[in-house]
Amino acid sequence: MARTKVVVDPITRIEGHLRIEVQAENGMIADAWASSTQFRGIEIIMNGRDPRDAWAFTQRICGVCTVVHAIASCRAVEDALDITVPPNATIIRNLVHGMQTVQDHVIHFYHLHALDWVDVVSALSADPDEAGRIARSLSPWPNNSGTYFESVQDKLKKFVSSGQLGIFTNGYWGHPAYKLPPEVNLIAVAHYLEALDWQRDVIKLHTIFGGKNPHPNFLVGGMASAINLDDTGTINAERLSDIKALIDKARVFVEQVYWPDLLAIAGFYKDWAAIGGGVPNYLSVGEFPAAGSSFRDVEDLYFPRGIILDNNLEEVVPYDEARVREQVTHSWYEYQGAGEDGLHPYEGQTVPDYTGPQPPWTYIQDHDKYTWMKAPRYDGKPMEVGPLARMLVAYGAGHEGVREVVGEALGRLNVGPAALFSTLGRTAARGAETVLVARKLSEWYGDLVGRIKNGDVTTFNDEKWDPSTWPATARGYGYLEAARGALGHWVEVRSGEISRYQCVVPSTWNCSPRDAQGQRGPYEQSLVDNHPLADPERPIEILRTIHSFDPCMACGVHVLDASGELVTSVKVQG
Amino acid sequence: MFYPLNEPWERGVPLGEHLRRRGVSRRDFLAFCGEMGAMLGLSSLLTPRIAKALEQMQRPSVVWLSLQECTGCTESILRSSHPTIGDLVLDLISLDYQENLQAAAGSAAEAALHRAMEDHKGEYILVVTGSVPLAEDGIYTMIGGRTAREILEEGAAGAAAILAVGACAHFGSVQAAAPNPTRAVGVDQIIKDKPVVNIAGCPPIADTITATIVHYLTFGRLPAVDYDKRPLFAYGARIHDQCSRRANFDAGQFVKSFDDEAARKAWCLYEVGCKGPATFSPCPIFQWNGETSWPIGAGHPCLGCTERMFWDTMTPFYQRMPKVSGFGIESTADTIGAALAVGATAGVAAHAAVTGVKRLRERSEGTPQPGGQTPPAAGRKSQEEDGHGQD
Repeated sequence: MARTKVVVDPITRIEGHLRIEVQAENGMIADAWASSTQFRGIEIIMNGRDPRDAWAFTQRICGVCTVVHAIASCRAVEDALDITVPPNATIIRNLVHGMQTVQDHVIHFYHLHALDWVDVVSALSADPDEAGRIARSLSPWPNNSGTYFESVQDKLKKFVSSGQLGIFTNGYWGHPAYKLPPEVNLIAVAHYLEALDWQRDVIKLHTIFGGKNPHPNFLVGGMASAINLDDTGTINAERLSDIKALIDKARVFVEQVYWPDLLAIAGFYKDWAAIGGGVPNYLSVGEFPAAGSSFRDVEDLYFPRGIILDNNLEEVVPYDEARVREQVTHSWYEYQGAGEDGLHPYEGQTVPDYTGPQPPWTYIQDHDKYTWMKAPRYDGKPMEVGPLARMLVAYGAGHEGVREVVGEALGRLNVGPAALFSTLGRTAARGAETVLVARKLSEWYGDLVGRIKNGDVTTFNDEKWDPSTWPATARGYGYLEAARGALGHWVEVRSGEISRYQCVVPSTWNCSPRDAQGQRGPYEQSLVDNHPLADPERPIEILRTIHSFDPCMACGVHVLDASGELVTSVKVQG
Repeated sequence: MFYPLNEPWERGVPLGEHLRRRGVSRRDFLAFCGEMGAMLGLSSLLTPRIAKALEQMQRPSVVWLSLQECTGCTESILRSSHPTIGDLVLDLISLDYQENLQAAAGSAAEAALHRAMEDHKGEYILVVTGSVPLAEDGIYTMIGGRTAREILEEGAAGAAAILAVGACAHFGSVQAAAPNPTRAVGVDQIIKDKPVVNIAGCPPIADTITATIVHYLTFGRLPAVDYDKRPLFAYGARIHDQCSRRANFDAGQFVKSFDDEAARKAWCLYEVGCKGPATFSPCPIFQWNGETSWPIGAGHPCLGCTERMFWDTMTPFYQRMPKVSGFGIESTADTIGAALAVGATAGVAAHAAVTGVKRLRERSEGTPQPGGQTPPAAGRKSQEEDGHGQD
């Protein structure tokens, strides 16, 4: 049987612009291409700027990941200028970043991913009382009555009968790949709505410390939100109480709604534990430094740094930054004087060289180069990054919390750790991580209050704020585990200005195209790993696997050679 | 618009009836209309008119295009701040295309877009987030195999009104900062034959767009705007004039370094670079995330993100604004304040005077702005070389 070419563009319910093309054969995917279709060029814009401004520019790489680039940038600049951040500021950043992770993962599950598994229309035929019984068996969450689910179902009925379906228009409702009973669909729809309210509230922690969300403010050398228990305009007991309440609200929802929902839904889709694994290598740079330490202090990170190779959980390989390369064999860039194995980020070049077809496009898979993503490789190997990578590295390293929560999931689903290498594993790992970080928030809050109680209210180190204290040239880097995976910023400062800026970002790893050896990137490889596609007109299976990565395309493509000039040449090949 | 299931509004049922069925009292509804009116800067005498217009309305179609951007503006809308009545307001519309939230993908999503544009031709509201890259025939942002520019032009053709939401749709934002590698421009640099309102900010506060829609639906026209097409009800006041720390400015009480004793007393951030004196924004009035706080309230200087080209005109962010220095005492501050307010179009004058001074001194070349109005400032580098002449 001949292969069928399939295009899914736009991939919706993600951040940014992603095009997936596959070749389908006998109901399975035989080959796949991931194409990132937006380019902005933020790094070259960094040239000549004040390094203390860099966090604000790079923060705008992504408004969904809104704090991660800002913190990574502060870390890189602090690393370059040898600035030590006060312990309180480290804790506050952990709280802000931790809440971001928790909120982002919950939004991903309910608002970006759930509709791949949950048939909204099927919820119309649910028995609300039965839904209540099921929900009560899963969790002590207060909104678990039959009456409550009946009210949600009534709203849904009216909505569907209105004929104005809004964002639910043309969904793949009734597709045979949907397996949930109507009652579970109804529970999920109810929680989709509740999560909308919840995410809006818990993120106020960002507003208290950073003034707004999205894009709260940060500061090289610490945080700008001063602590003074005896002033109305600072972090005081009233603001701390707000923070405590938000943290509790976050944790309770994760433990009583998100995590039980995830495990319940996963139970109906266990076949997806054998689908969509893909690249067998996983990288985590580690995250959440302890107060008084930095991201460089590997021993003090809550989630460890390391690599899992060939799905081998018995060994965590140490990460060596020097082995990272980026290739452009199949990307719309040109390298000069680089070997086939690509260039290290410190020597990175980015010369856009669009060779794709003249718009409008038909198939991008027919072209040798097909994306704005570069192809990062570690020791020549593609790597998956993200919650699954973090959980696998931590699991392999014997991390107690991860072993407990991941173990709970595996036990409930009655599967072994190998089930983690899959579409379902990716989604489950994100939930497990959310549980752990939500619990960690309370701990950090306790640390902060304890330090204030002992008289430490310092949030900023001003020793190296003045550019006259900086060396003539300096360079440094900052690592961070963003919601979507390993992030690195590299900065070089000359005479008080940025002379080079480079980011290697989670979605660049995951959405990588093929490399010189023809190895597919993680999205692509996952789509050819035992992967079904029943109906090319309704590609719900593709959405499941791609969404399990939580794509963030604006993050992935931003890269430019900040030391050089942008030389653009376009070669159009019909 | 993100609560479509939360109390569905049946086709053909007027909003007033819908609200009554939902159990919203007439009194609560009028209170909301009053609040909304106040936000729009309208007399309370107009409250019944707002109420009448809203009650009779049926859900209009909204098409939301996400172009070259970071999605922060969509995230901002998700944080819309009046939870009990705000979701009703958002429920006033039928959100027929929104890539971040819609169930369908690929050709099914595109079909939804085209159906909405055909069924509601000439009537739908077009919301645009993101800029349009013009370099290399637009290949720097492709959606469904088409350029951002083509998609915008198609969407604008049948729209009744266009809301350019966020700094990218306003002027290109960070990707348009010098040297603007992809030649990113805002919506009003492409669409010249339709009314465009700029909901400025990186991102804007959610309530500003909500209130703009309400204004349009109530009065059948877009709200009055300033020289840069920003609604006056939100962008008509300077941050500096509404700032909770203004008294400290007037009294000469300045933070000299972050976390110093002055910072711990929440004094004025002017000397650590605050751009409040040059920025027109609703931040101090509306505040953020359910009135939780705002940037200056949380101790960080204003970055000036509601101003065109702020990435170039307002940087370095931590540098004290020029020519406004040394007037820490009240009388001098008054003098400066008066100087800024000179001119019939105070907003333009203040922009030109404040934002422009430093850059004009450095670069001295003023550049024409879209619409031919007075430029508020020159770019950091001559970004406009790239951004213009392409329309």
